[in-house]
Amino acid sequence: MSDIRKSLVLHGGLIALLLLLGFVLPAYHHGNLARVMVLAVYAMGYNVLFGYTGLLSLGHAMFFAAGMYGMGLTIQHLGFSAEAALLSGVVAAFLLSTVVGLLALRTTGVAFMIVTLMFAQTGYLVVLYFGEWTRGDEGFVIQKASRVIAGIDVSDPANRYLTALALFAVCLWIILKLVQAPFGKVLIAIRENEDRARMLGYDIFRHKLVAVIVSGTISGTAGAFYGLLFGYAGASFATVQYSIFPLLWVLLGGAGTVTGPLVGALFMFYLIDITSGLTSAYMLFAGVALVLLTLFARQGLVGEIRRRFAPWLP
Amino acid sequence: MAALGSTAPNNLLTTQGLSRNFGGLQAVSNVNFDLPEGQVRALIGPNGAGKTTFVGMLCGRISASAGRVAFLGEDVTLLPAHKRISRGMAYTFQITSIFGRLSLRENVALAVRRRLAGHPDQVQGEVESALSRVGLLDRADQIADDLSYGHQRLLEIAMGLGQKPRLLILDEPTQGLADSEIADFKNLIRSMAGQTTILLIEHNMDVVMEMADFITVLNFGEILAEGSPEQIHANADVQAAYLGTG
Ligand SMILES: Nc1ncnc2c1ncn2[C@@H]1O[C@H](COP(=O)(O)OP(=O)(O)OP(=O)(O)O)[C@@H](O)[C@H]1O
Ligand SMILES: [Mg+2]
Repeated sequence: MSDIRKSLVLHGGLIALLLLLGFVLPAYHHGNLARVMVLAVYAMGYNVLFGYTGLLSLGHAMFFAAGMYGMGLTIQHLGFSAEAALLSGVVAAFLLSTVVGLLALRTTGVAFMIVTLMFAQTGYLVVLYFGEWTRGDEGFVIQKASRVIAGIDVSDPANRYLTALALFAVCLWIILKLVQAPFGKVLIAIRENEDRARMLGYDIFRHKLVAVIVSGTISGTAGAFYGLLFGYAGASFATVQYSIFPLLWVLLGGAGTVTGPLVGALFMFYLIDITSGLTSAYMLFAGVALVLLTLFARQGLVGEIRRRFAPWLP
Repeated sequence: MAALGSTAPNNLLTTQGLSRNFGGLQAVSNVNFDLPEGQVRALIGPNGAGKTTFVGMLCGRISASAGRVAFLGEDVTLLPAHKRISRGMAYTFQITSIFGRLSLRENVALAVRRRLAGHPDQVQGEVESALSRVGLLDRADQIADDLSYGHQRLLEIAMGLGQKPRLLILDEPTQGLADSEIADFKNLIRSMAGQTTILLIEHNMDVVMEMADFITVLNFGEILAEGSPEQIHANADVQAAYLGTG
């Protein structure tokens, strides 16, 4: 089998499996998996920048939140339909990532981390400052009546699951296309050796800028859907913690792998879910998992599988 | 600058007053340099003479403190590196610089693809031809880090070939190559002679004397001498500064 065909079978199979699970899982896990799929999209966006381009952002919560508030505020205050609100969430994330990219990419390395962190912190404070509309930390509920996409009520668990899956599948497809296209290969080249890539004649700034925009827009799309599907927007999604999550998920699952973000998000979600039932110090388990990972599977779960068994994995 | 615009049309590359200092250190000072199209030019000089800095300013890796660079009759002094490269320069690093975790095939494909953006079907063919010219085709699917040092140097040359440049700048390409590989390298340069202009920084005097049409000697950042291999070989200043010390 050619690598392209293997990848088609694997990723098609993954979508089919998730679809099947949607019909057989008990309600609790069914709800969890819907959530994880949307969060995985968030992490997939993050992975475009971190895993493929080699740029570590500590501020992706601002894109997630831009999508979430771009969607939520327009429903809440402008009476947008769900479709228009989702679009405005995506546009908000697109615009924000363009501006942040243009400014933050003047720096590299640690400075880039700090600058993205500061931007995200500013974003969080903006959400609080305009508390009259955003209702700050407390957030606001998106009414059930507004949560209807193309006639489908996404507050219904089955519809919600399928919508999350559709979003996940579309993003998976986009990212597969991206990383297999010449453009994505240049991103990998920049990650591997920026100086060499420049001296092959590639415009490094332009490629990085597009990577930030694609990454931020996908992450923001996840934020918009998350708010709509689960009916809530709040400032906690704009906090530093939400910038760290996708980094952890991607590290756990495998940076620079297409399916790593899903695996990482799923793993972490259940790790916390299970351990928080046992102890209040559940973050300790997340920490231990990360330490074990850096000791034994440095490239993350999927990254390690790729290294050992399947070098063709995109 | 008017003088640059009016350079002889057969000069692929010209510099005027090109200089670079690092703090108080004058690494390159006031170099006027003409490179005719099609020539194999060797750039030699003792360690620290400023060779790498000089060619870095040609291809845009290093910005000039003063002076001008013209390529294909146009002033490129203010152009960033990637724009100069896309106008037809290629550069191989003195300290091997490849994509270590990628396959040889992908390394060279990255060099080829930018030029063949509209013709993806031609990429594989050109990649394989570049790899076969340096004798690495049978290793195409290996990971670059797994190659010997000498083979990594050859891979970098293949990346230069894959770009089909008008001007190929090679910074000490034979460093670390075995004798048999050096012989192959010389054949490779011969096979390109006439089509591609080559600027070759080289410490191996046998290679220089055999391959170069013309030699420029740099010493303390300045041009000490220029001439044919015979002239340089006979030049007393050069011997004192460089050959004599070898
Ligand atoms: N980035 C830099 N910062 C400070 N000094 C530098 C830098 N790059 C080069 N130099 C200095 O400039 C001078 C010229 O260096 P360059 O590398 O151009 O010499 P070279 O002729 O290529 O030498 P070699 O034969 O050893 O490669 C040296 O004294 C070097 O130490
Ligand atoms: Mg040098």
